[in-house]
Amino acid sequence: MNLRESLKSLSPDALKEALMSRVVTPEIDAWMARMPKPVGSFGYDPWGYNESQAKVGLGLAKLLYDHYFRVTSTGLEHVPATGRVLLVANHSGQLPMDGMMISVAVATNDNGPRVPRSMIERFFPTVPWLGNIFSAWGSVIGDPLNATKMLEAEELLVVFPEGVRGSGKPYAKRYELQRFGHGFMHMAVTQNVPIIPIGVVGCEETMPSLLNFWPLAKLLGIPYFPVGPLLPLPARVFLNFGEPMHFGGCVTREDEVQKRVDQVKDAIRGLIDVGLKQRTKIF
Amino acid sequence: MAARKKPAATAKTVLVTGAAGSLAKRVIARLYPQYNVIAVDFRHKVDIDGGIPTYKVEIHKRDFEDVFRNHKVDAIIHIGRIFAHESDRHRRYNSNVLGMRKLLELAKRYGVGQVIVYSTFLVYGASAYNPALLDEDQPLKAAEVTQELVDSVELESLANIYLWKHPELNITILRPCSVLGPGVRNTMSILLARSVAPVLIGFSPMMQFVHVDDMADAIKLAFEQNRPGIYNVAPEDWIAYQDAVAQCGCKRLPIPSVPPAVPRLISNVLNWNAFFPGYMIDFFKYPVVIDGRLFRETFGWQPRRKLNDIFSYYRRQKLPAGGA
Repeated sequence: MNLRESLKSLSPDALKEALMSRVVTPEIDAWMARMPKPVGSFGYDPWGYNESQAKVGLGLAKLLYDHYFRVTSTGLEHVPATGRVLLVANHSGQLPMDGMMISVAVATNDNGPRVPRSMIERFFPTVPWLGNIFSAWGSVIGDPLNATKMLEAEELLVVFPEGVRGSGKPYAKRYELQRFGHGFMHMAVTQNVPIIPIGVVGCEETMPSLLNFWPLAKLLGIPYFPVGPLLPLPARVFLNFGEPMHFGGCVTREDEVQKRVDQVKDAIRGLIDVGLKQRTKIF
Repeated sequence: MAARKKPAATAKTVLVTGAAGSLAKRVIARLYPQYNVIAVDFRHKVDIDGGIPTYKVEIHKRDFEDVFRNHKVDAIIHIGRIFAHESDRHRRYNSNVLGMRKLLELAKRYGVGQVIVYSTFLVYGASAYNPALLDEDQPLKAAEVTQELVDSVELESLANIYLWKHPELNITILRPCSVLGPGVRNTMSILLARSVAPVLIGFSPMMQFVHVDDMADAIKLAFEQNRPGIYNVAPEDWIAYQDAVAQCGCKRLPIPSVPPAVPRLISNVLNWNAFFPGYMIDFFKYPVVIDGRLFRETFGWQPRRKLNDIFSYYRRQKLPAGGA
């Protein structure tokens, strides 16, 4: 009898279930239940977000958030509980760990959890599994039409205006902000969306890269190929959420947009400095 | 009974093409006897009872004009299309593209006041860079992605040219998402009716489906309200392809997805042209999600059948004979 019971608990289904209960804790279920998110009859939204898969994603990311990167988030009260908003952060660390950690912070925000929608690189949908998983967890490719329609649907967007310029940069350039794309500012102005700047500290040290071995990257059809550790190192991560910035009115020239982008850049730089001061040890 | 009734003397006359097909039959059932209907099909003899004149005639041939000589046509609902799996590229081009042009020319010459063109979401093309909720003004990339869909795109461009050049034709172009339901013979419907459906390993794009009865309602609304323009037709519901396959009771047959030549080769070698054609591989890889808001709001249309109602038809088909 006892033997049978213990054999049963070794079956693949039972193992899967036991593993899932470790990942999708009641706490995660409670966060998910609090998030306002309209979906269709099979739990999907038009961008491929899927409730049950997002739960697993959040569960896994939360484990990394708590135990691996030991994230400290400050200023989460600035993130509104409802309504359209753009979260703009510096990008670093080769893999999108910064996006994942910001997502966890937003999804488990005591002031009102939100479904984070990260704008990701255009090459991800071409990668088997990865593309599907990312979209099921809420990410979409950074296309202006996606951003517009999501903001119309009152979603929360996480944007890295540096793109691969930021994430793919070598360790020597850590905490140097690269050129920001202007797309997010056009969205903010035309749709009258508040911007919340975020300073991310620590992700630079998760994957210090010596250089980008671009010939191999080109061969593989990926944006860059870092020469560095194969897996992210357990560096402590500090997220500082700034106060909402509003950019109303209308802009007619690109240099006016540039000025506003620089304001956001300055705010992020300030928040990075706060994080660097908070940090007493890297690992 | 209703079928015995005759249309009023002042009733409009509507020419419906592709009349042997499942969708056109449903459209005709909704129009007759309120309106006079002329049923035309290019390939099959139309089998409709009642007082509906039927013709089997090739649209790009001369005798198509006789239909217009014999009847005063007020409106055309152009549904008839040769699918890629039904004929070779040359014949398909003649019928779909040259036929479209012929039809629009005849509409002009015989003073037809309204033309509804039944297009497809496939014209947007499946690309990894597609955003979701495509609006009607997005570029039609299908021609870039695959040769086999060139005729669908060209057919639309022709309709577009006439749309602005001849406003008196009141052209309405409808781009529906995948239409499913009893009797529908498009690629997706044939695929989901099978017991085993191929899926690409690691890919499960979002899809939209509309029931053939809801589509027929949409066409009737477009005809009666006559608001020319281009409209996507899709419900506000979405499902990933692999889930849809499972919901329809199909067994999943995983096939390698990279490099892209591999699934294409498998499809060609096994002759899966009718339900998983090589040129449509990308549609099973990348999403083409359209925004149907404009149509829903302009015409006050809401589909009455949910996704699960649509899938249950395919599920029931797979039950053993005599079961349930």
